[in-house]
Amino acid sequence: MSEASHLDNDQPLLVADGLAKNYGQLAACRDISFSLYPGEVLAIVGESGSGKSTLLQLLSAQLAPSAGRVSYRMRDGVLRDLAVLGEAERRFLFRTDWGFVHQDPAQGLRMGVSAGANVGERLMAVGWNHYGKIRDSASTWLERVEIDVGRIDDAPKTYSGGMRQRLQIARNLVTEPRLVFMDEPTGGLDVSVQARLLDLMRNLVSELGLAAIVVTHDLAVARLLSHRVMVMKGGRVIETGLTDQVLDDPREPYTQLLVSSILPP
Amino acid sequence: MNAPTYNFAYLDEQTKRMIRRAILKAIAIPGYQVPFASREMPMPYGWGTGGVQVTAAILGPDDVLKVIDQGSDDTTNAISIRKFFGKTAGVATTTSTTDATVIQTRHRIPEAELHAGQVLVYQVPIPEPLRFLEPRETETRRMHALAEYGLMHVKLYEDIARFGHIATAYAYPVKVNARYVMDPSPTPKFDNPKMDNCAALQLFGAGREKRIYAIPPYTTVVSLDFEDHPFTRYRFDAPCALCGADNSYLDEIVTDDRGGRMFVCSDTDFCEQRQAAGHHGTERAAPHKEKAHV
Repeated sequence: MSEASHLDNDQPLLVADGLAKNYGQLAACRDISFSLYPGEVLAIVGESGSGKSTLLQLLSAQLAPSAGRVSYRMRDGVLRDLAVLGEAERRFLFRTDWGFVHQDPAQGLRMGVSAGANVGERLMAVGWNHYGKIRDSASTWLERVEIDVGRIDDAPKTYSGGMRQRLQIARNLVTEPRLVFMDEPTGGLDVSVQARLLDLMRNLVSELGLAAIVVTHDLAVARLLSHRVMVMKGGRVIETGLTDQVLDDPREPYTQLLVSSILPP
Repeated sequence: MNAPTYNFAYLDEQTKRMIRRAILKAIAIPGYQVPFASREMPMPYGWGTGGVQVTAAILGPDDVLKVIDQGSDDTTNAISIRKFFGKTAGVATTTSTTDATVIQTRHRIPEAELHAGQVLVYQVPIPEPLRFLEPRETETRRMHALAEYGLMHVKLYEDIARFGHIATAYAYPVKVNARYVMDPSPTPKFDNPKMDNCAALQLFGAGREKRIYAIPPYTTVVSLDFEDHPFTRYRFDAPCALCGADNSYLDEIVTDDRGGRMFVCSDTDFCEQRQAAGHHGTERAAPHKEKAHV
């Protein structure tokens, strides 16, 4: 696997080509094209209703686009159109090579079963059948996301918001995915917990060489995590570029407004 | 006014055809839950409405029916269902496992080995093994369709994490014919190995949930487990107090309010046969005779 990822580093991992999504008259996304490379973190920023979340769902094949297509480079190095994958293949991809971190951890976790089982579920889904090994792997991952291993048998409903979010990350990363989608990963957390989570995510992303697509309305998250930023408004990408370039020298009036609406520290 | 007349075995012929079609489909796809238009039966849900409908659909005039409830032939549920078919179908009934052609059961598989030509009909309360982990029916159906059964192991994992061993003692999930994961109805896991490669046809009816599923004769049925926590049977470590059997599934019976208890076979027919053959345990069964009504 590692040789393959070396070979592929100069080829895109995910390619969006003319993506559009209409809900009746309403165009939620219009003509969106970009490529994401292995190890690259892309932030999608914009106000509520700008089409960020719809775009994320299109990219992760949870929604069928009205036009355009999304292609993904599989582990065998072949770029394939997600729309022509069978449902079984898509779901397999979703729980092995991809991760999806929801804003609300309750959507991404099984709140009633223990943390260990939450982390181990993906392993069991790909056929791990040895309790001891699953548990060891779960413990390792809890340590990596800074959750006390002594709480491995507690259900996430007994966890704090920040711990739940970290558990959700562990659950997604246990199968060593190459691409992680994040939908407002720090939403609803207080600032100190946010800072710790961002720090953790930044470390994991660089350690594991993950590619990530982060949807956020928080420009601080974009600045800390991402290499590249896409600014959306009214379903269109209005500006795209390197993070510091876009945030420090915004070109479009809307981006200027967005950047200037952050309170100075 | 005329006394109400029933069709043979209570259900009308159209309903029986519908149920038989569901049964045939279930046999063709072992372990797959086939939806069917479950009817109201003259008994409450939870008393075996699914099993009764399956039995009614397959019963012929020459069949010999046995009904057991928790292994016993003489509990309320077993007696009333036996009487029901005695009355509405006029079929012969028996308590002997070997003599019966159709055995309707709640929560047990008889100890005596079943033979070819017999049909075992289970009453099932909740047919969906994934239900308590995944509440959405649309999602569980998709998981069955794609054979995504990782979630079933999550349940077993939870057991081990909490109790140190797989503590699921009944309704222990099985994989049928290496494809579908199935809930064997709330039979004790002691009975799970009996389902594997069984000579008899096994039909499962869930009345409230409107599902029928089946295990055809001689089909592989494997209990799910972990490599380092393999499936084990469980029985109380005692011989039957009445017949001395040390290989049958036992009921624990409280005999007084000072902690006294005894273990007896849950399969009453098996126990009686053994006693008749001269086996006996530490206690003597007082032969129970109903008082004749005067």
